[in-house]
Amino acid sequence: MGPITATHYIGLSAILFAIGAVGVGIKRNPIVIFMCIELMLNAANLALVAMGKHLGSISGQMMAIFVMAVAAAEVAIGLGIIVSIFRSRETIDIDEVNLLKL
Amino acid sequence: MQGNSIGFWILAALCIFAAVQVVANRNPVRSALALVGVMCCLSVFYFAQGAEFVGAVQLIVYAGAIMVLFLFVIMLLNLGAPNPMMDRVGLSKPVALLASAALLGSLALAGALKMAPDRVGKSPVSGTVQQIGYALFDPGRPWLFAFELTSVLLLVGVVGAVVLAQRRSD
Repeated sequence: MGPITATHYIGLSAILFAIGAVGVGIKRNPIVIFMCIELMLNAANLALVAMGKHLGSISGQMMAIFVMAVAAAEVAIGLGIIVSIFRSRETIDIDEVNLLKL
Repeated sequence: MQGNSIGFWILAALCIFAAVQVVANRNPVRSALALVGVMCCLSVFYFAQGAEFVGAVQLIVYAGAIMVLFLFVIMLLNLGAPNPMMDRVGLSKPVALLASAALLGSLALAGALKMAPDRVGKSPVSGTVQQIGYALFDPGRPWLFAFELTSVLLLVGVVGAVVLAQRRSD
């Protein structure tokens, strides 16, 4: 086992991203789907930070910070939508909720 | 360096195990707690790469605020009990697994083929609050405008969440 390079972090990031993609594909609970999307965003962040270090630039970390800010806003809105759908339909099964109309 | 690499492998295994638990567990609360584990592992990775500010923000914003919001909504909608019907049935499971395997393969291929060799002579970049702040507010860099736009985005997020979650009177 040699020293840890950016390639290791990129590989880990690819694995986490693929696991998140599986979750988005197979889950029917929208909250768990949201968690899997967060997992994919985190994987992308790991790749950004690793590439930033690899290239000796701080831009990767800056992009990771902006991704986090967007993720926070996205979670607030998304969970608000889920609560709203649950109130009007009493279910949040993703196969039942196929209209955006209330 | 050797201790460093052993720590990486242990943490990476822990991280992947927790990520699999997020997907495989039928209980949403346990999925959320596994996701907290993933985020703590990633925070350690950020610290190990010298990105101290990103690592701290990862712990505070993701593991702290966002996951609490997830758990809060799970409790609010009373979805804590494991539900065997919550996985998709039929063809979508193998299709999703196949598509993700293809995705992983292409990502690994791209990483293996396109990766530039490590630059050893490069000056190490540190991610302290001071460095991040200088880069963020430097007018010669593109981040300042994005930072201002982010404030608008967060304002829209706050207002949108309040509007969406309020009870309709009609």
